[in-house]
Amino acid sequence: MAKTGTYASILIMWTYIARNILQRIVTLIIVSIVAHSVIHLAPGEPSQVDPSNPRMKPSDIENIRAAFHLDDPLHVQYVYWMRDLFTGELKSFKDNQPVLPKIWQRFLNSLPLLICATLIIWSLSFPTGIHAAIRRGSTYDRTTTFTAYALISIPGFFLSYIMILWVVNTFNVPVIGMKTFGMEDADMVFRSMDRLWHLVIPSLMSAIGGIAVLSRYVRSQMLEVVGQDYVRTARAKGLSEDNVIYRHALQNALLPFVTMFGFLLPALIGGSVIFEQIFAWPGLGRLGYEAILARDFPVILTINFIAAVLTLVGTLVSDLLYAVVDPRIRLQ
Amino acid sequence: MATNESAMSTQQEIAQLPPPETQLQEFWRILKKDRLAIFGMIVLGLLLMLAIVAKFTTEWVVIFDPSTVRLPDKFLPPMSESSTNLIPSEDRPVFGVYLCGTDELGRDVFARMLQGSFVSLSIGFIAVGISVAIGILLGGLSGYYGNVKLGFITVDTLIMRFTDVMLCFPTFFLILTVVALLPPSIYNIMIVIGVTSWMGTARFVRAEFLSLREQDFVVAAKALGLPEHRIIFRHMIPNAMAPVLVSATIGVASAILTESGLSFLGFGVQPPFATWGNILSDGKGFIFDAPWLFFIPGFAILIVVLAFNLFGEGLREALNPKLRRR
Repeated sequence: MAKTGTYASILIMWTYIARNILQRIVTLIIVSIVAHSVIHLAPGEPSQVDPSNPRMKPSDIENIRAAFHLDDPLHVQYVYWMRDLFTGELKSFKDNQPVLPKIWQRFLNSLPLLICATLIIWSLSFPTGIHAAIRRGSTYDRTTTFTAYALISIPGFFLSYIMILWVVNTFNVPVIGMKTFGMEDADMVFRSMDRLWHLVIPSLMSAIGGIAVLSRYVRSQMLEVVGQDYVRTARAKGLSEDNVIYRHALQNALLPFVTMFGFLLPALIGGSVIFEQIFAWPGLGRLGYEAILARDFPVILTINFIAAVLTLVGTLVSDLLYAVVDPRIRLQ
Repeated sequence: MATNESAMSTQQEIAQLPPPETQLQEFWRILKKDRLAIFGMIVLGLLLMLAIVAKFTTEWVVIFDPSTVRLPDKFLPPMSESSTNLIPSEDRPVFGVYLCGTDELGRDVFARMLQGSFVSLSIGFIAVGISVAIGILLGGLSGYYGNVKLGFITVDTLIMRFTDVMLCFPTFFLILTVVALLPPSIYNIMIVIGVTSWMGTARFVRAEFLSLREQDFVVAAKALGLPEHRIIFRHMIPNAMAPVLVSATIGVASAILTESGLSFLGFGVQPPFATWGNILSDGKGFIFDAPWLFFIPGFAILIVVLAFNLFGEGLREALNPKLRRR
């Protein structure tokens, strides 16, 4: 009896997953079609990047257009793009390099930044939010609330410039780029210290917005939970305050944050354009920016596609995780 | 006889009670307690007045001239006087003083900031206007006519799938791409920001419509045979406005920030329009020689965006009865 029950629930889970994956694939196809049409219908083409170049003859423009299939109808171009993307043949318009390795390499550069920023966001915003919620209305609460609003209200690059000036003047360390040029022969210790210094400020700066938003969210979640009956019950049966807050309240307040894992990576990639530009960090956001400047359609479209895939995979994973950690949620 | 008397006395008691609080009064009573929100509201009120005054004084009756180039007076710090012997008298600033200094072309930064206040605010308001309009339209359609079948899918599925599709785009990257491909124009920036940020509003409005559709006053309105447009526009939309208003207030703030981010990357509003974003991003090159070019627009944006955020958050608390009781 129990065994058939487990089989049934496993079946339900797999049909749920299968249906969700199918839905998300449809969404992804629509996303790619929309992105493709937007980019190709907007004025401005790869052949027009350098219109003032006197050596550019009309025949050259025609050659470029023919080589990039720009004269074909849109749906044919879309099929070309999809075919090349999945066979790995997709070449950049700008330098004729394969797109996927190019993006992969830049993604590896961005990765330490993303990981660091994520760690900073999660490790700072949870304690801040929880403490603000426990001491609701105190000076601490009001200060952190105001600080959080101030941090999301500053233009990112304004704060970054001030930060760069302050750090460089005070600690006399380099912060621009991924590493100091000409340090290749230095000792391992110096090289890793150098890399670390280059990493800290950009990741802190890209984490700022996330810290402000997440700590506010933690606070409101905590407040929601602290008012619940089972917390009152826990207090009433004489548990210590720490036990009530950290064992009973916090566990339930943490549940919704499982879903936030899914949105984190795509959001950081989207926001990284400005910060990688400020800190001359050769990452994914900067690659996107350069591709936009060069009208490098395959690169733009592929970055967009990858971001969409990450978003969809992230939301799927967090939906499933949510069902795993919260037994009240039923898959249907 | 006795019952008659007691009815009379109840009526008298009711007459002696203070008049019941209207929704607006209740809202104001709660908002008043939130000092940060009141601070935000005051700043926004001042800013709106300033922007309108700025529109008058920089364009129609030119008192503060944002575009006059005075090369002998370039990079003057704030509160410095213009050099009287080199500048023709009609080009001099009001009272002969540059309140916020001058930039690399000797233009009056105070006048440019004034001009920018109107442009920045109008970018925020128009972008949010577009996004709220799209959001209410799609959310309302999806919430009210959700069950209507279009071929093999319902209206609700169609619109919500489209919303999911839009949520898949990395927003800033999408805005940047479209703005970079389109010809540079202030209207394109407003439209693109608006068209890429309506998803939240659509979801709120749909959720509100779904719950309102079941409520007694809407059912009663339907039973009375009121026309659908009247039910939607007179009965449902006003009741669904609270979350929209909050997200719109915060949306203006993020539109101003997005504009400054675009300016930083070189795709912002092009001259001759001055916005706070492009004054700031032009000023970043002179951070050592002329720090006021960088810090004045930077702090101006900070204060205004902060005011929008605080006011929006105050609105959220005051309009949401669930949060209020805590």
